Amino acid sequence: MSLINVKNLSVAYGANTVLHNVDLHLQPGEIVTIVGPNGSGKTSLLRAIIGATKPASGEITLKRGLKIGYVPQRLHIDQTLPITVERFMRLTDPVSQANCQAALETAGVPDLLKRQMSLLSGGQFQRVLLARALINGPDVLLLDEATQGLDQPGSAAFYRQIEAVRRDTGCAILMISHELHVVMSASDRVICLNGHVCCEGAPAVVASAPEYRALFGTGTGGALALYRHDHDHDHDHAHHHEAAE
Amino acid sequence: MLDDFMIRATLAGVGVACAAAPLGCFVVWRRMAYFGDATAHAAILGVALSLALQMSIFAGAMAVALVMALAVTHLAGRGYAMDTLLGVLAHSALAFGLVAVSFLSGIRIDLMAYLFGDILAVSRLDLMVIWGGAALVVALIVWRWSALLTSTLSEELAYASGLDPRREQLILTVSLAITVAVAIKVVGVLLIAAMLIIPAAAARGLARTPEAMAVIAAMIGAFAAIAGLRAAYLFDTPAGPSIVCVAAIVFAALNLIGWRSQRRA
Repeated sequence: MSLINVKNLSVAYGANTVLHNVDLHLQPGEIVTIVGPNGSGKTSLLRAIIGATKPASGEITLKRGLKIGYVPQRLHIDQTLPITVERFMRLTDPVSQANCQAALETAGVPDLLKRQMSLLSGGQFQRVLLARALINGPDVLLLDEATQGLDQPGSAAFYRQIEAVRRDTGCAILMISHELHVVMSASDRVICLNGHVCCEGAPAVVASAPEYRALFGTGTGGALALYRHDHDHDHDHAHHHEAAE
Repeated sequence: MLDDFMIRATLAGVGVACAAAPLGCFVVWRRMAYFGDATAHAAILGVALSLALQMSIFAGAMAVALVMALAVTHLAGRGYAMDTLLGVLAHSALAFGLVAVSFLSGIRIDLMAYLFGDILAVSRLDLMVIWGGAALVVALIVWRWSALLTSTLSEELAYASGLDPRREQLILTVSLAITVAVAIKVVGVLLIAAMLIIPAAAARGLARTPEAMAVIAAMIGAFAAIAGLRAAYLFDTPAGPSIVCVAAIVFAALNLIGWRSQRRA
């Protein structure tokens, strides 16, 4: 049975519908990546799954007792808030120091336990967020552009870590990413989103799909095309959609 | 022992400091300083209303502070920036409050007592209300501590952990209204924000965890209340402002020490 089952989901903010009839299923142990231009509803989809945004219609079914580890897009810790990595790891669950340490090791940052969060580098910070998400042995990890603010080697290393986490713990991973080149190699399945599901499937299949090319272009220019794609592109199939701005 | 007005005043001051300090930490972390100010200013309208309706000042001030805080929370993000909204609502409420007080003929009102507090006139009943309110605020914050902290760090993280950040925001808002209401007698509406923010800010440099910051802030607040009242007695200065002055001096001293030790390191 799938861990997450999204059926016919629509999400709207006021009169602005950002997601239309989206279907999504996540199987145990799968790495699924959602790609799409800015304003395509990627974050809204993830917010709906964690319950932060109420769907306008459709349903989201989570497997009973599903444990979700969530890695937010960006987390700003105010300078005035003193907090050590260890305390941050225990934010929502009472866990032992040994478990904190083990999660940090899984995330690739074993030496940070006693450090202040505000003094970490961008890469360290994201890995601590990953460690926190891993701490109660989740069935699924949700990552919302978790490598934002990291340089290319940094984000490549981060995604390798994600693959290692899947290999070692077997947890499923659903992530949003802007970094098409990395995503394509690291995912089992890619969902291309632009208000609705444009196309989905194995990375190679999606990369050659006309809908995907319409959004991202072809070849190495793909990553750049992300920022100047055409919002009112049209597909052969009859989806009615207003592009979300 | 409670017959001595100085002892009653000291206990009142310590009570308010104990509630204001941990709440103040959240006010500082969430950048709600001006929000605290606005809620406090609105309370003067509550004072005027309760005098007109001959009801308890505490209840009136709390009701208006609560309405104010809820209105701001509700209106935030609907076209006006938060500070603009607070500026409009807070000062309007203060102005309407001051005008309303002037209509109250027949009752002689010492407005200064509500603007700057009248801690030396704290009665046994006041003391009970202050400690009751303070205990309620501390209990609320301790009960919701980790949920409040998670919501403060990240709304999404809170949702993903099964919490509702809006509920936590409401708990802070209610705590703020209670604190404002009990602190009117002690420091007055104009200086309540100081009791929230200064001890918390002073504690920042000494703490490595959020819990430590809240406890240290409470200790600094309590010290400011005790030392401030003592100073007010010795130098015949107004009590509420003297308490805030001590807190400010502690803040400055700790920063100076921190700055010097940083330069040496």
